[in-house]
Amino acid sequence: MPPVISVQHLQKRYKDVVAVADASFEVAQGEIFGLLGSNGAGKTTAVECLQGLRKASGGELRVLDMDPRTQARELRRRIGSQLQESSLPDHIRVGEALDLFAAITPGGHDWREVMGQWGLGDKRKASYHALSGGQRQRLFIALALVNGPELVFLDEMTTGLDPAARRVAWDLVRRVRDMGTTVVLVTHFMEEAERLCDRIAVMDAGRIVAEGAPQKLVTDFAKYVTVVFSTDAPDVEFLARVPHVAKVMRHGSRVEVRGDGAVLAHVACSLVEHDITPPDLRVELPTLEDVFLALTGHEMEE
Amino acid sequence: MKVLLKLTWIEIKLLVREPITLLFSFAFPVLVLVLLGGIFGSQHMKQGAYQGVKMMDWYVPAFMGLVIASIGTISLPVHLSSYRERGVLRRFRASGVSEAALLGSQLLVSLGVALVGALTIAVLGMIAYGTSPASLPAGVALAYVVGVFCFSGIGMLLASVAPTARAAQSIGLLLWFVMLFVSGTSAPLDLLPGWMVDLGKALPLYHLVISLVDPWIGRGVNWMQLGIVAVVGLVTTLLSLRLFRWE
Repeated sequence: MPPVISVQHLQKRYKDVVAVADASFEVAQGEIFGLLGSNGAGKTTAVECLQGLRKASGGELRVLDMDPRTQARELRRRIGSQLQESSLPDHIRVGEALDLFAAITPGGHDWREVMGQWGLGDKRKASYHALSGGQRQRLFIALALVNGPELVFLDEMTTGLDPAARRVAWDLVRRVRDMGTTVVLVTHFMEEAERLCDRIAVMDAGRIVAEGAPQKLVTDFAKYVTVVFSTDAPDVEFLARVPHVAKVMRHGSRVEVRGDGAVLAHVACSLVEHDITPPDLRVELPTLEDVFLALTGHEMEE
Repeated sequence: MKVLLKLTWIEIKLLVREPITLLFSFAFPVLVLVLLGGIFGSQHMKQGAYQGVKMMDWYVPAFMGLVIASIGTISLPVHLSSYRERGVLRRFRASGVSEAALLGSQLLVSLGVALVGALTIAVLGMIAYGTSPASLPAGVALAYVVGVFCFSGIGMLLASVAPTARAAQSIGLLLWFVMLFVSGTSAPLDLLPGWMVDLGKALPLYHLVISLVDPWIGRGVNWMQLGIVAVVGLVTTLLSLRLFRWE
Protein backbone atom coordinates (compact mmCIF):
# COMPACT_ATOMS: atom_id res chain seq x y z
CA MET A 1 0.00 0.00 0.00
CA PRO A 2 1.47 3.39 -0.94
CA PRO A 3 2.04 5.84 1.91
CA VAL A 4 -0.76 8.27 2.71
CA ILE A 5 1.75 11.08 2.85
CA SER A 6 5.12 11.17 1.23
CA VAL A 7 7.31 14.24 1.63
CA GLN A 8 10.75 14.66 0.16
CA HIS A 9 12.89 17.69 0.85
CA LEU A 10 9.98 19.97 1.61
CA GLN A 11 11.09 23.56 1.75
CA LYS A 12 9.16 26.71 2.55
CA ARG A 13 10.78 30.13 2.34
CA TYR A 14 9.31 33.55 2.89
CA LYS A 15 11.25 36.51 1.60
CA ASP A 16 14.18 36.22 3.97
CA VAL A 17 12.91 33.64 6.42
CA VAL A 18 13.24 29.90 5.98
CA ALA A 19 10.31 28.30 7.82
CA VAL A 20 11.01 24.76 6.64
CA ALA A 21 14.56 24.07 5.47
CA ASP A 22 14.41 20.39 4.62
CA ALA A 23 11.77 17.94 5.76
CA SER A 24 11.30 14.41 4.47
CA PHE A 25 9.00 11.80 5.96
CA GLU A 26 6.32 9.29 5.12
CA VAL A 27 3.08 8.49 6.86
CA ALA A 28 1.50 5.08 6.42
CA GLN A 29 -2.19 4.31 6.24
CA GLY A 30 -3.80 3.96 9.66
CA GLU A 31 -1.04 5.33 11.85
CA ILE A 32 -0.91 8.19 14.26
CA PHE A 33 2.08 10.18 13.16
CA GLY A 34 3.44 12.95 15.35
CA LEU A 35 5.37 16.00 14.31
CA LEU A 36 7.11 17.10 17.47
CA GLY A 37 9.03 20.31 18.00
CA SER A 38 9.07 23.59 19.85
CA ASN A 39 7.25 26.69 18.68
CA GLY A 40 8.74 28.06 15.51
CA ALA A 41 10.31 24.75 14.47
CA GLY A 42 8.27 24.79 11.25
CA LYS A 43 5.76 22.05 12.08
CA THR A 44 2.65 24.06 11.34
CA THR A 45 4.08 25.46 8.12
CA ALA A 46 4.97 21.94 7.01
CA VAL A 47 1.49 20.51 7.57
CA GLU A 48 -0.16 23.56 6.03
CA CYS A 49 1.87 22.92 2.89
CA LEU A 50 0.59 19.35 2.95
CA GLN A 51 -2.99 20.58 3.17
CA GLY A 52 -2.53 22.94 0.26
CA LEU A 53 -3.08 25.95 2.52
CA ARG A 54 0.41 27.22 1.73
CA LYS A 55 2.45 26.65 -1.37
CA ALA A 56 5.69 24.79 -0.72
CA SER A 57 8.77 26.52 -2.16
CA GLY A 58 10.41 23.24 -3.03
CA GLY A 59 10.32 19.47 -2.64
CA GLU A 60 8.13 16.55 -3.63
CA LEU A 61 4.78 16.26 -1.87
CA ARG A 62 2.16 13.57 -2.29
CA VAL A 63 -0.90 13.40 -0.05
CA LEU A 64 -3.49 10.68 -0.74
CA ASP A 65 -1.73 10.36 -4.07
CA MET A 66 -2.46 13.99 -4.94
CA ASP A 67 -0.29 17.04 -5.26
CA PRO A 68 -1.40 19.60 -2.65
CA ARG A 69 -0.03 22.41 -4.80
CA THR A 70 -2.30 21.74 -7.74
CA GLN A 71 -5.11 19.57 -6.36
CA ALA A 72 -5.80 21.42 -3.12
CA ARG A 73 -9.54 21.63 -3.55
CA GLU A 74 -10.01 17.96 -4.32
CA LEU A 75 -7.65 17.06 -1.50
CA ARG A 76 -9.46 19.14 1.11
CA ARG A 77 -12.64 17.17 0.60
CA ARG A 78 -10.85 13.99 1.66
CA ILE A 79 -8.87 15.36 4.58
CA GLY A 80 -9.86 17.00 7.83
CA SER A 81 -7.97 19.79 9.45
CA GLN A 82 -8.01 21.40 12.81
CA LEU A 83 -6.06 24.59 12.37
CA GLN A 84 -4.12 26.33 15.06
CA GLU A 85 -5.21 29.86 14.26
CA SER A 86 -8.71 30.08 12.97
CA SER A 87 -12.11 31.01 14.22
CA LEU A 88 -15.80 31.10 13.43
CA PRO A 89 -18.32 33.95 13.34
CA ASP A 90 -19.19 35.02 16.90
CA HIS A 91 -22.87 34.23 16.67
CA ILE A 92 -22.78 30.95 14.78
CA ARG A 93 -24.09 28.05 16.86
CA VAL A 94 -22.28 24.77 17.38
CA GLY A 95 -24.96 22.79 15.56
CA GLU A 96 -25.04 25.21 12.64
CA ALA A 97 -21.29 25.08 12.14
CA LEU A 98 -21.24 21.28 12.18
CA ASP A 99 -24.25 21.08 9.87
CA LEU A 100 -22.60 23.51 7.41
CA PHE A 101 -19.24 21.75 7.38
CA ALA A 102 -20.88 18.34 7.08
CA ALA A 103 -22.74 19.56 3.99
CA ILE A 104 -19.48 20.33 2.17
CA THR A 105 -18.60 16.67 1.77
CA PRO A 106 -21.57 14.45 0.96
CA GLY A 107 -21.33 11.03 2.54
CA GLY A 108 -19.53 12.20 5.67
CA HIS A 109 -20.56 11.36 9.20
CA ASP A 110 -23.82 12.34 10.82
CA TRP A 111 -22.81 15.62 12.44
CA ARG A 112 -25.01 15.02 15.47
CA GLU A 113 -23.04 11.89 16.24
CA VAL A 114 -19.69 13.68 15.95
CA MET A 115 -21.06 16.47 18.13
CA GLY A 116 -21.96 13.93 20.81
CA GLN A 117 -18.62 12.11 20.62
CA TRP A 118 -16.76 15.32 21.32
CA GLY A 119 -18.99 16.20 24.25
CA LEU A 120 -20.76 19.09 22.57
CA GLY A 121 -24.28 17.64 22.57
CA ASP A 122 -25.55 20.04 25.22
CA LYS A 123 -23.82 22.96 23.48
CA ARG A 124 -25.64 22.51 20.19
CA LYS A 125 -27.41 25.85 20.50
CA ALA A 126 -24.51 27.71 22.10
CA SER A 127 -22.92 30.53 20.13
CA TYR A 128 -19.27 30.24 19.23
CA HIS A 129 -18.32 33.32 21.24
CA ALA A 130 -19.91 31.86 24.37
CA LEU A 131 -17.79 28.69 24.26
CA SER A 132 -14.79 28.18 26.54
CA GLY A 133 -11.35 27.63 25.06
CA GLY A 134 -11.62 23.89 25.55
CA GLN A 135 -15.07 23.72 23.99
CA ARG A 136 -13.88 25.68 20.95
CA GLN A 137 -10.97 23.32 20.63
CA ARG A 138 -13.28 20.31 20.71
CA LEU A 139 -15.57 21.98 18.19
CA PHE A 140 -12.65 22.45 15.80
CA ILE A 141 -11.64 18.82 16.16
CA ALA A 142 -15.24 17.79 15.53
CA LEU A 143 -15.33 20.04 12.43
CA ALA A 144 -12.13 18.40 11.20
CA LEU A 145 -13.74 14.96 11.49
CA VAL A 146 -17.29 15.66 10.41
CA ASN A 147 -16.58 15.03 6.73
CA GLY A 148 -15.37 11.50 7.50
CA PRO A 149 -11.82 12.21 6.27
CA GLU A 150 -9.29 9.56 5.26
CA LEU A 151 -6.57 11.67 6.80
CA VAL A 152 -6.85 14.25 9.53
CA PHE A 153 -4.38 16.93 10.60
CA LEU A 154 -4.60 17.94 14.24
CA ASP A 155 -2.44 20.94 15.07
CA GLU A 156 -1.87 21.38 18.80
CA MET A 157 -5.25 19.84 19.41
CA THR A 158 -5.05 19.63 23.19
CA THR A 159 -3.97 23.22 23.75
CA GLY A 160 -6.50 24.77 26.07
CA LEU A 161 -7.88 21.44 27.25
CA ASP A 162 -7.64 20.52 30.90
CA PRO A 163 -5.84 17.26 31.78
CA ALA A 164 -9.05 15.23 31.98
CA ALA A 165 -10.36 16.52 28.66
CA ARG A 166 -6.93 15.87 27.18
CA ARG A 167 -7.12 12.20 28.08
CA VAL A 168 -10.61 11.97 26.63
CA ALA A 169 -9.31 13.60 23.44
CA TRP A 170 -6.47 11.08 23.23
CA ASP A 171 -8.90 8.19 23.54
CA LEU A 172 -11.08 9.69 20.85
CA VAL A 173 -8.14 10.15 18.51
CA ARG A 174 -7.25 6.48 19.00
CA ARG A 175 -10.83 5.60 18.14
CA VAL A 176 -10.69 7.77 15.03
CA ARG A 177 -7.60 5.88 13.98
CA ASP A 178 -9.19 2.53 14.79
CA MET A 179 -11.96 3.43 12.38
CA GLY A 180 -9.37 3.73 9.64
CA THR A 181 -8.46 7.42 9.55
CA THR A 182 -4.78 8.25 9.41
CA VAL A 183 -3.85 10.94 11.92
CA VAL A 184 -1.09 13.54 11.70
CA LEU A 185 -0.60 15.18 15.04
CA VAL A 186 1.38 18.38 15.42
CA THR A 187 2.44 18.92 18.98
CA HIS A 188 5.03 20.40 21.27
CA PHE A 189 3.66 18.34 24.10
CA MET A 190 5.98 15.41 24.88
CA GLU A 191 3.52 13.33 26.83
CA GLU A 192 0.99 13.55 24.03
CA ALA A 193 3.51 12.45 21.43
CA GLU A 194 4.80 9.63 23.61
CA ARG A 195 1.41 8.23 24.53
CA LEU A 196 -0.50 8.71 21.35
CA CYS A 197 1.83 8.43 18.39
CA ASP A 198 2.90 5.27 16.61
CA ARG A 199 5.71 7.20 15.02
CA ILE A 200 7.24 10.61 15.57
CA ALA A 201 9.35 12.96 13.54
CA VAL A 202 11.26 15.43 15.68
CA MET A 203 11.52 18.80 14.01
CA ASP A 204 13.97 21.51 14.96
CA ALA A 205 14.75 24.77 13.17
CA GLY A 206 12.99 23.70 9.99
CA ARG A 207 14.56 20.26 9.75
CA ILE A 208 13.55 16.74 10.71
CA VAL A 209 16.27 15.63 13.10
CA ALA A 210 14.99 12.14 13.93
CA GLU A 211 12.14 9.84 13.09
CA GLY A 212 10.79 6.61 14.53
CA ALA A 213 8.55 5.00 17.13
CA PRO A 214 8.72 6.89 20.45
CA GLN A 215 10.23 3.92 22.28
CA LYS A 216 12.80 3.37 19.55
CA LEU A 217 13.81 7.01 19.64
CA VAL A 218 14.29 6.70 23.36
CA THR A 219 16.51 3.63 23.09
CA ASP A 220 18.42 5.08 20.14
CA PHE A 221 19.06 8.55 21.37
CA ALA A 222 18.75 8.52 25.14
CA LYS A 223 21.11 5.73 26.07
CA TYR A 224 21.53 6.65 29.70
CA VAL A 225 19.39 5.70 32.63
CA THR A 226 19.71 7.53 35.92
CA VAL A 227 19.82 5.84 39.29
CA VAL A 228 18.59 8.12 42.04
CA PHE A 229 18.71 7.76 45.81
CA SER A 230 19.29 9.75 48.97
CA THR A 231 21.89 9.09 51.57
CA ASP A 232 23.65 10.85 54.45
CA ALA A 233 26.87 8.93 53.84
CA PRO A 234 29.56 11.56 53.20
CA ASP A 235 31.50 9.69 50.58
CA VAL A 236 29.95 8.06 47.52
CA GLU A 237 32.94 8.61 45.24
CA PHE A 238 33.45 4.85 45.05
CA LEU A 239 30.44 4.73 42.74
CA ALA A 240 32.43 6.37 39.96
CA ARG A 241 34.55 3.19 39.77
CA VAL A 242 31.55 0.83 39.58
CA PRO A 243 31.19 -0.80 36.14
CA HIS A 244 28.69 0.82 33.69
CA VAL A 245 28.67 4.11 35.60
CA ALA A 246 29.30 7.19 33.47
CA LYS A 247 28.79 10.01 35.89
CA VAL A 248 27.98 10.64 39.55
CA MET A 249 26.24 13.83 40.64
CA ARG A 250 25.41 14.86 44.17
CA HIS A 251 23.09 17.62 45.37
CA GLY A 252 22.99 17.55 49.17
CA SER A 253 21.68 14.16 50.16
CA ARG A 254 20.36 13.39 46.68
CA VAL A 255 22.67 11.34 44.47
CA GLU A 256 22.22 10.73 40.77
CA VAL A 257 24.24 8.11 38.98
CA ARG A 258 24.16 7.99 35.22
CA GLY A 259 25.03 4.95 33.21
CA ASP A 260 23.78 2.45 30.69
CA GLY A 261 21.06 -0.15 31.17
CA ALA A 262 22.98 -2.42 33.55
CA VAL A 263 23.93 0.32 35.94
CA LEU A 264 21.18 -0.17 38.50
CA ALA A 265 22.20 -3.68 39.44
CA HIS A 266 25.86 -2.74 39.78
CA VAL A 267 25.16 0.39 41.79
CA ALA A 268 22.79 -1.46 44.11
CA CYS A 269 25.32 -4.18 44.70
CA SER A 270 28.09 -1.71 45.43
CA LEU A 271 25.92 0.31 47.79
CA VAL A 272 25.11 -2.77 49.83
CA GLU A 273 28.81 -3.62 50.03
CA HIS A 274 29.36 -0.15 51.49
CA ASP A 275 26.54 -0.64 53.92
CA ILE A 276 24.35 1.98 52.32
CA THR A 277 20.76 0.82 51.82
CA PRO A 278 18.72 3.82 50.76
CA PRO A 279 14.95 3.18 50.97
CA ASP A 280 14.28 5.34 47.90
CA LEU A 281 16.72 3.73 45.45
CA ARG A 282 15.14 3.85 42.02
CA VAL A 283 15.94 4.16 38.38
CA GLU A 284 14.63 6.86 36.08
CA LEU A 285 14.27 5.75 32.50
CA PRO A 286 14.90 8.29 29.76
CA THR A 287 11.88 9.90 28.19
CA LEU A 288 11.19 11.58 24.93
CA GLU A 289 12.16 14.79 26.68
CA ASP A 290 15.71 13.46 27.03
CA VAL A 291 15.67 12.45 23.37
CA PHE A 292 14.59 15.92 22.40
CA LEU A 293 17.31 17.47 24.51
CA ALA A 294 19.92 15.13 23.06
CA LEU A 295 18.81 15.83 19.50
CA THR A 296 18.28 19.55 19.57
CA GLY A 297 20.55 20.70 22.35
CA HIS A 298 17.74 22.70 23.92
CA GLU A 299 14.68 21.99 25.98
CA MET A 300 11.17 22.24 24.64
CA GLU A 301 9.83 25.74 25.02
CA GLU A 302 6.37 25.89 26.44
CA MET B 1 -25.27 24.46 -4.08
CA LYS B 2 -26.27 22.95 -0.77
CA VAL B 3 -23.32 24.66 0.89
CA LEU B 4 -24.23 27.99 -0.73
CA LEU B 5 -27.77 27.80 0.60
CA LYS B 6 -26.74 26.66 4.07
CA LEU B 7 -24.11 29.37 4.29
CA THR B 8 -26.61 31.99 3.11
CA TRP B 9 -29.15 30.87 5.67
CA ILE B 10 -26.52 30.98 8.43
CA GLU B 11 -25.41 34.46 7.35
CA ILE B 12 -29.00 35.68 7.48
CA LYS B 13 -29.39 34.27 10.98
CA LEU B 14 -26.12 35.92 12.03
CA LEU B 15 -27.46 39.27 10.81
CA VAL B 16 -30.68 38.82 12.71
CA ARG B 17 -28.71 37.98 15.85
CA GLU B 18 -26.60 41.10 15.50
CA PRO B 19 -28.87 43.59 13.73
CA ILE B 20 -26.78 46.60 14.74
CA THR B 21 -24.44 45.83 11.82
CA LEU B 22 -27.24 46.84 9.45
CA LEU B 23 -28.16 50.04 11.25
CA PHE B 24 -26.10 52.21 8.95
CA SER B 25 -27.43 50.66 5.76
CA PHE B 26 -31.03 51.23 6.84
CA ALA B 27 -30.96 54.19 9.13
CA PHE B 28 -28.94 56.51 6.96
CA PRO B 29 -31.15 56.42 3.82
CA VAL B 30 -34.26 56.70 5.97
CA LEU B 31 -32.70 59.69 7.72
CA VAL B 32 -31.81 61.35 4.43
CA LEU B 33 -35.29 60.63 3.11
CA VAL B 34 -36.80 62.45 6.08
CA LEU B 35 -34.32 65.35 5.89
CA LEU B 36 -34.55 65.87 2.14
CA GLY B 37 -38.29 65.30 2.31
CA GLY B 38 -38.41 68.17 4.80
CA ILE B 39 -36.62 70.43 2.31
CA PHE B 40 -38.03 69.32 -1.03
CA GLY B 41 -41.16 67.46 0.11
CA SER B 42 -43.65 69.20 -2.14
CA GLN B 43 -41.37 70.55 -4.87
CA HIS B 44 -40.91 69.51 -8.48
CA MET B 45 -37.73 69.40 -10.52
CA LYS B 46 -37.33 72.85 -12.09
CA GLN B 47 -35.02 72.09 -14.98
CA GLY B 48 -33.02 69.41 -16.76
CA ALA B 49 -34.05 66.05 -18.16
CA TYR B 50 -36.38 65.35 -15.24
CA GLN B 51 -38.15 68.74 -15.20
CA GLY B 52 -41.62 68.54 -13.66
CA VAL B 53 -41.03 65.27 -11.83
CA LYS B 54 -42.04 65.37 -8.15
CA MET B 55 -38.84 65.50 -6.12
CA MET B 56 -39.93 62.73 -3.78
CA ASP B 57 -40.78 60.48 -6.71
CA TRP B 58 -37.12 60.84 -7.63
CA TYR B 59 -35.74 60.41 -4.14
CA VAL B 60 -37.61 57.24 -3.15
CA PRO B 61 -36.15 55.03 -5.91
CA ALA B 62 -32.84 56.92 -5.68
CA PHE B 63 -32.50 56.04 -1.99
CA MET B 64 -33.12 52.40 -2.80
CA GLY B 65 -29.98 52.71 -4.87
CA LEU B 66 -28.26 54.36 -1.92
CA VAL B 67 -29.14 51.40 0.34
CA ILE B 68 -27.79 48.98 -2.25
CA ALA B 69 -24.60 51.04 -2.53
CA SER B 70 -24.05 51.19 1.22
CA ILE B 71 -24.44 47.42 1.56
CA GLY B 72 -21.99 46.85 -1.27
CA THR B 73 -19.36 49.44 -0.52
CA ILE B 74 -19.43 49.34 3.29
CA SER B 75 -21.19 46.38 4.96
CA LEU B 76 -20.05 43.60 2.67
CA PRO B 77 -16.32 44.43 2.42
CA VAL B 78 -16.04 45.12 6.15
CA HIS B 79 -17.81 41.84 6.90
CA LEU B 80 -15.61 39.77 4.59
CA SER B 81 -12.34 41.42 5.60
CA SER B 82 -13.07 40.99 9.27
CA TYR B 83 -13.78 37.32 8.56
CA ARG B 84 -10.35 37.18 6.99
CA GLU B 85 -8.69 39.03 9.86
CA ARG B 86 -10.23 36.76 12.47
CA GLY B 87 -9.33 33.53 10.67
CA VAL B 88 -12.91 32.61 9.77
CA LEU B 89 -12.03 32.45 6.09
CA ARG B 90 -9.03 30.29 6.93
CA ARG B 91 -11.36 27.88 8.70
CA PHE B 92 -13.83 27.91 5.79
CA ARG B 93 -11.15 27.32 3.22
CA ALA B 94 -9.49 24.46 5.07
CA SER B 95 -12.83 22.69 5.16
CA GLY B 96 -13.37 23.13 1.46
CA VAL B 97 -15.84 26.03 1.23
CA SER B 98 -15.41 27.34 -2.32
CA GLU B 99 -14.96 30.98 -3.38
CA ALA B 100 -18.19 30.67 -5.32
CA ALA B 101 -20.18 29.49 -2.28
CA LEU B 102 -18.69 32.17 -0.03
CA LEU B 103 -19.14 35.07 -2.43
CA GLY B 104 -22.47 33.74 -3.69
CA SER B 105 -23.85 33.68 -0.16
CA GLN B 106 -22.80 37.31 0.28
CA LEU B 107 -24.64 38.22 -2.92
CA LEU B 108 -27.81 36.43 -1.79
CA VAL B 109 -27.69 38.02 1.66
CA SER B 110 -27.20 41.46 0.08
CA LEU B 111 -30.23 40.86 -2.14
CA GLY B 112 -32.33 40.14 0.94
CA VAL B 113 -31.02 43.04 3.00
CA ALA B 114 -31.43 45.47 0.10
CA LEU B 115 -34.99 44.28 -0.43
CA VAL B 116 -35.90 45.02 3.18
CA GLY B 117 -34.28 48.45 2.83
CA ALA B 118 -36.05 49.20 -0.45
CA LEU B 119 -39.45 48.25 0.93
CA THR B 120 -38.87 50.36 4.04
CA ILE B 121 -38.10 53.40 1.93
CA ALA B 122 -40.97 52.84 -0.51
CA VAL B 123 -43.50 52.47 2.30
CA LEU B 124 -42.11 55.41 4.24
CA GLY B 125 -42.17 57.59 1.12
CA MET B 126 -45.76 56.71 0.39
CA ILE B 127 -46.97 57.28 3.96
CA ALA B 128 -45.00 60.43 4.71
CA TYR B 129 -44.84 62.16 1.35
CA GLY B 130 -47.54 60.54 -0.73
CA THR B 131 -45.09 59.43 -3.40
CA SER B 132 -46.56 57.50 -6.27
CA PRO B 133 -45.99 53.74 -6.36
CA ALA B 134 -43.66 52.37 -9.02
CA SER B 135 -45.22 52.67 -12.44
CA LEU B 136 -43.31 49.65 -13.77
CA PRO B 137 -42.56 47.42 -10.73
CA ALA B 138 -40.90 44.72 -12.85
CA GLY B 139 -38.50 47.32 -14.27
CA VAL B 140 -37.65 48.55 -10.78
CA ALA B 141 -37.17 44.97 -9.59
CA LEU B 142 -34.84 44.27 -12.49
CA ALA B 143 -32.78 47.37 -11.73
CA TYR B 144 -32.68 46.36 -8.05
CA VAL B 145 -31.32 42.89 -8.85
CA VAL B 146 -28.73 44.21 -11.31
CA GLY B 147 -27.82 46.94 -8.81
CA VAL B 148 -27.22 44.48 -5.99
CA PHE B 149 -25.14 42.33 -8.34
CA CYS B 150 -23.07 45.39 -9.30
CA PHE B 151 -22.43 46.61 -5.76
CA SER B 152 -21.79 43.13 -4.35
CA GLY B 153 -19.13 42.85 -7.03
CA ILE B 154 -17.64 46.16 -5.93
CA GLY B 155 -17.82 45.07 -2.28
CA MET B 156 -16.15 41.73 -2.94
CA LEU B 157 -13.45 43.44 -4.96
CA LEU B 158 -12.86 45.89 -2.11
CA ALA B 159 -12.69 42.99 0.34
CA SER B 160 -10.22 41.23 -1.93
CA VAL B 161 -7.79 44.11 -2.26
CA ALA B 162 -8.12 45.83 1.13
CA PRO B 163 -5.38 44.67 3.50
CA THR B 164 -7.49 44.97 6.67
CA ALA B 165 -11.09 45.44 7.73
CA ARG B 166 -10.32 49.00 8.77
CA ALA B 167 -8.84 49.75 5.38
CA ALA B 168 -11.90 48.25 3.67
CA GLN B 169 -14.12 50.43 5.82
CA SER B 170 -12.19 53.63 5.02
CA ILE B 171 -12.08 53.01 1.29
CA GLY B 172 -15.72 51.92 1.17
CA LEU B 173 -16.98 54.87 3.21
CA LEU B 174 -15.04 57.33 1.09
CA LEU B 175 -16.37 55.87 -2.15
CA TRP B 176 -19.91 55.79 -0.82
CA PHE B 177 -19.71 59.36 0.47
CA VAL B 178 -18.50 60.75 -2.84
CA MET B 179 -21.29 58.90 -4.63
CA LEU B 180 -23.84 60.18 -2.13
CA PHE B 181 -23.25 63.76 -3.27
CA VAL B 182 -22.84 63.33 -7.01
CA SER B 183 -25.44 60.68 -7.87
CA GLY B 184 -28.69 62.56 -7.25
CA THR B 185 -29.01 60.94 -3.85
CA SER B 186 -28.64 64.14 -1.87
CA ALA B 187 -28.63 67.47 -3.71
CA PRO B 188 -30.80 67.30 -6.86
CA LEU B 189 -28.73 66.61 -9.99
CA ASP B 190 -29.93 69.75 -11.75
CA LEU B 191 -28.37 71.88 -9.00
CA LEU B 192 -24.91 70.30 -9.35
CA PRO B 193 -22.13 72.01 -11.29
CA GLY B 194 -21.09 70.24 -14.48
CA TRP B 195 -17.90 68.68 -13.10
CA MET B 196 -19.82 67.03 -10.27
CA VAL B 197 -22.29 65.54 -12.71
CA ASP B 198 -19.37 64.24 -14.74
CA LEU B 199 -17.85 62.73 -11.60
CA GLY B 200 -21.21 61.13 -10.83
CA LYS B 201 -21.39 59.62 -14.30
CA ALA B 202 -17.97 58.09 -13.76
CA LEU B 203 -19.25 56.22 -10.69
CA PRO B 204 -21.78 53.37 -10.69
CA LEU B 205 -24.40 54.73 -8.27
CA TYR B 206 -25.49 57.49 -10.69
CA HIS B 207 -26.32 54.88 -13.33
CA LEU B 208 -28.12 52.67 -10.84
CA VAL B 209 -30.21 55.64 -9.64
CA ILE B 210 -31.32 56.44 -13.19
CA SER B 211 -32.05 52.73 -13.77
CA LEU B 212 -34.30 52.72 -10.70
CA VAL B 213 -35.93 56.13 -11.22
CA ASP B 214 -36.92 55.69 -14.87
CA PRO B 215 -39.20 52.65 -14.47
CA TRP B 216 -40.50 54.16 -11.22
CA ILE B 217 -41.74 57.41 -12.78
CA GLY B 218 -43.10 55.85 -15.95
CA ARG B 219 -40.22 56.20 -18.38
CA GLY B 220 -39.75 52.44 -18.76
CA VAL B 221 -36.56 50.45 -18.42
CA ASN B 222 -33.44 52.45 -19.22
CA TRP B 223 -31.46 49.68 -20.90
CA MET B 224 -28.46 51.85 -21.54
CA GLN B 225 -27.96 52.79 -17.86
CA LEU B 226 -28.86 49.30 -16.70
CA GLY B 227 -26.26 47.91 -19.12
CA ILE B 228 -23.53 50.07 -17.56
CA VAL B 229 -24.49 48.84 -14.08
CA ALA B 230 -24.47 45.23 -15.26
CA VAL B 231 -21.06 45.56 -16.90
CA VAL B 232 -19.54 47.11 -13.75
CA GLY B 233 -21.01 44.21 -11.78
CA LEU B 234 -19.66 41.62 -14.16
CA VAL B 235 -16.15 43.08 -14.27
CA THR B 236 -15.86 43.56 -10.50
CA THR B 237 -17.26 40.08 -9.75
CA LEU B 238 -14.85 38.39 -12.14
CA LEU B 239 -11.96 40.44 -10.78
CA SER B 240 -12.87 39.63 -7.18
CA LEU B 241 -13.04 35.90 -7.96
CA ARG B 242 -9.51 36.19 -9.33
CA LEU B 243 -8.06 38.43 -6.63
CA PHE B 244 -9.84 36.93 -3.64
CA ARG B 245 -7.57 36.12 -0.70
CA TRP B 246 -8.50 33.75 2.11
CA GLU B 247 -5.71 34.93 4.41
